[in-house]
Amino acid sequence: MDKTQAPVWVIADQIDCRILSVSFQLIGRARKLADELETSVEAVLLGDNVREQTQQLVAAGADTVYLANSPELYFYQPELYTEIIVKLAQKQQPQIMMLGSTSMGRELAPLVAARLKTGLTAHCIDLVLDKDRILEQKIPAYGGLLSIICPEKRPQMATIASGVFPKPEMDAERTGEVVELEVPIDVPRRIETLEVVREEPKGVPLESAPIIVAGGAGAGDPDGWQQIADLANTLNAALGCTRPAVDEGWADLETMIGQSGKMVSPECYIGVGLSGELQHMVGIVGSQIMIAINNDAKSPVFEKVDFGIVDDGREFVPVLIEKIKKYQEKKVTC
Amino acid sequence: MLNIVVCVKAVPDPKEACNIKIDPDTKTLMRCEVPFVVNPLDKNAMEAALQLKEQGDAHISVLSMGPPEAGNIVKECLALGADQGFLLSDPAFGGADAYATAYTLAKGIEKIGSFDVVFCGMASSDGSTEWVGPEMATFLNIPVVTMVKEIVESEGEFWQVKASLENGYRLMRVQLPAVFTVTRDLNTPRTLSFSGIIKARKKEISEWGIHELGVPAELLGVKGSPTVVSNLSTTESKREVEMISGTREEKAEQLVQKLAEAGVI
Ligand SMILES: Cc1cc2nc3c(=O)[nH]c(=O)nc-3n(C[C@H](O)[C@H](O)[C@H](O)COP(=O)(O)OP(=O)(O)OC[C@H]3O[C@@H](n4cnc5c(N)ncnc54)[C@H](O)[C@@H]3O)c2cc1C
Ligand SMILES: Nc1ncnc2c1ncn2[C@@H]1O[C@H](COP(=O)(O)O)[C@@H](O)[C@H]1O
Repeated sequence: MDKTQAPVWVIADQIDCRILSVSFQLIGRARKLADELETSVEAVLLGDNVREQTQQLVAAGADTVYLANSPELYFYQPELYTEIIVKLAQKQQPQIMMLGSTSMGRELAPLVAARLKTGLTAHCIDLVLDKDRILEQKIPAYGGLLSIICPEKRPQMATIASGVFPKPEMDAERTGEVVELEVPIDVPRRIETLEVVREEPKGVPLESAPIIVAGGAGAGDPDGWQQIADLANTLNAALGCTRPAVDEGWADLETMIGQSGKMVSPECYIGVGLSGELQHMVGIVGSQIMIAINNDAKSPVFEKVDFGIVDDGREFVPVLIEKIKKYQEKKVTC
Repeated sequence: MLNIVVCVKAVPDPKEACNIKIDPDTKTLMRCEVPFVVNPLDKNAMEAALQLKEQGDAHISVLSMGPPEAGNIVKECLALGADQGFLLSDPAFGGADAYATAYTLAKGIEKIGSFDVVFCGMASSDGSTEWVGPEMATFLNIPVVTMVKEIVESEGEFWQVKASLENGYRLMRVQLPAVFTVTRDLNTPRTLSFSGIIKARKKEISEWGIHELGVPAELLGVKGSPTVVSNLSTTESKREVEMISGTREEKAEQLVQKLAEAGVI
C-alpha cells in the first residue's frame, strides 16, 4: 500500500454502550486530516451490544468502522483490547492513530504504542500536518508550544483530551462500511477487569459549568483553599484547580484544568492565586470573560485575562463573597 | 519473599518558582539551576513498597535513570527504607523520550533479576506522559494497572487492586509479576527519619551504563526515541487586560458589577 494512502485511525471509547463525545471530536479532526492527506478515516470500536453505535461513528465522519462486539469486551480488558488493536494495526498500517485522554485511552495508548514500537505524544492540544505531511503534535511546554513529530515510525500516535476539538456536524445520511472482527482466543488473561463502579460526581461538574472558579498554589493552605471553594459555592460555580493544588492535597485530580487535566469552556473563569502557566491556561477554551486575582502585579496571568485584581487572595476573597451575597439578595428582593 | 522494584525519577523541584522558559526572541530554552527532588508521585510508589515490607517479607530495589546527580534521590529512597539502589546513568541514555526511557528501565529491571512487583508513579511532574509504566510493562511482557488507588488483596500470585476512573474506579485482578502505577490516593508518604539516614550509609548503589546493560546504542537515548521535538514556538495572548483598582471594598464592588454586566450573576 502507498504509505501516504494509509488511513487515519480513531480508537473509539464507550462506557455502558454509549460512545464518549471525545471519540466524535477526534473523528471530526481525523476527517480534516484525512481529507488533506486524501485518505480515509477508520474507527475501531470494541464493546458489547455496540453494533448500532457504529452508525454514529460513520455520521461523525468515519468511512470504515472496525467492530469487535462480544460480552468479553463489555469492560475495557487491557490484554484483549491491546491484542485486537495491535493485530489490526499491523494489518491495516494506519499512518495516524488517535485516542481520547480518557482513563482507558491513557492506559491503552502506551500499551499499543510499545507493541507497535512507535512514538506516542501525550495530551496534545493541536494536531496539524507539516509541509512533509507529517503530523505535528502540539503540546504546551516552557511557556510556549512544542511541536513533536514521529518522523519514521508508524503509526504516529497521540492522545487528546475531550474539548480540544469541536464536535463535528453529524450527518445521519453518511454511509460507511462496518467490518466485524473476531475476538482472539489465545490471548493471555493475566489481568481482568472484575467490576467498574461509578460514583456520583461531587459538586458542579466542570465540563458543563457556566462559571468556573479555579484556585492555585497561592491559596497557601487548606483554609485558603476553603475560601476559594466558598467563592465557587456562592457563585454556584464549578471549582477547578492547578496542579500544585492537587499536589498539596487540597483538590482532587479530577478537578485539575489544563493540558494533562480537563479542557473546559465556561462563560466566565475566575482564577485565584495562580500564575497563568500555559499548561493550565490551555485548558480554558474560549471562555467569554476571564478574571484573575493575584497578589503580584507582575504575574504573567494578567496578560491572559480580561479583568485583573492585584490583592492578597486570602483577604480579598472573603470580601468578594460578601459583596456577591449582597448583590444576590438585592436581586431577589427587587 | 516479595521482590519489589520501585522506579523513581529525579525531577526539577516543582515548588521552585524558577521555571525553564522559552526565550521569546531566540526561541531557545533559558535554563536555570533547579535542584532535583524525587518525583512527588514516586514517593507514593515508595510508600506502597515500604508498607508491603512492613506487612511481610519483602526486598525493595530502587531504580532510577538519569544524570549522575540522580544518585541523590536514590540515596533518599534508601534512607526511607529501600534495601538496594540502582542508577542507570550514561550519556548514551540522554534525551530519551518515554519509549526509550521505558525500554532502558525494563533492561535495568531484567538485570536486577527476579522481581514480583514494579511500582511507578502515575506520572512524572516534568514529563507527565504517564507512558513509562505501561510501556515498561510491555517490554517486560507483564501486565500493568495504571492509576492504582487501593491495593485490596496482596497475598499470593493474584492481586486485586482498585484503579481510578472518571468518577469511580475499576476493580482489577492481576497475576504477578506486574507493574502498578500509583496515584496520590493510595497512601500518605512517610518522611525521612534520622535513623533511616544513618542506616542508608551502609546500603549500596550500583551504577550501570550502556556496557553493564549490554544494549546497542541505537535503542537508547535520542537514537532509541521514536519522537523528536521539531519546533518550539511562543504563543501570544489575545486578551487586553483591564486592571481593577481601588480599596479592597471598591475592587470587590467593581468586580461584582462586571460579573453582573456579563450576566453571570
Ligand atoms: C508536562 C506538564 C503538564 C502539566 N499539566 C498541567 C495541567 O494540566 N494543569 C495545571 O494546572 N498545571 C499543569 N502543569 C503545571 C504547570 O506547569 C504549572 O506549574 C502550574 O499550572 C502552576 O500552578 P499555579 O499557578 O497554581 O502555581 P504558581 O505558578 O506557583 O503560581 C502561584 C501564584 O499565586 C500567586 N499568589 C501567591 N500567594 C498569593 C496570595 N496570597 N494571594 C493571591 N495570589 C497569590 C503568586 O503570585 C503566583 O502567581 C503541568 C506541568 C508539566 C511539566
Ligand atoms: N528516568 C526515570 N527513572 C526512573 N523512573 C522513571 C523515569 N521516568 C519515568 N519513570 C517512572 O515512570 C512514572 C511515570 O512517568 P511519565 O511517564 O514520565 O509520566 C514515574 O512516576 C516514574 O515512576
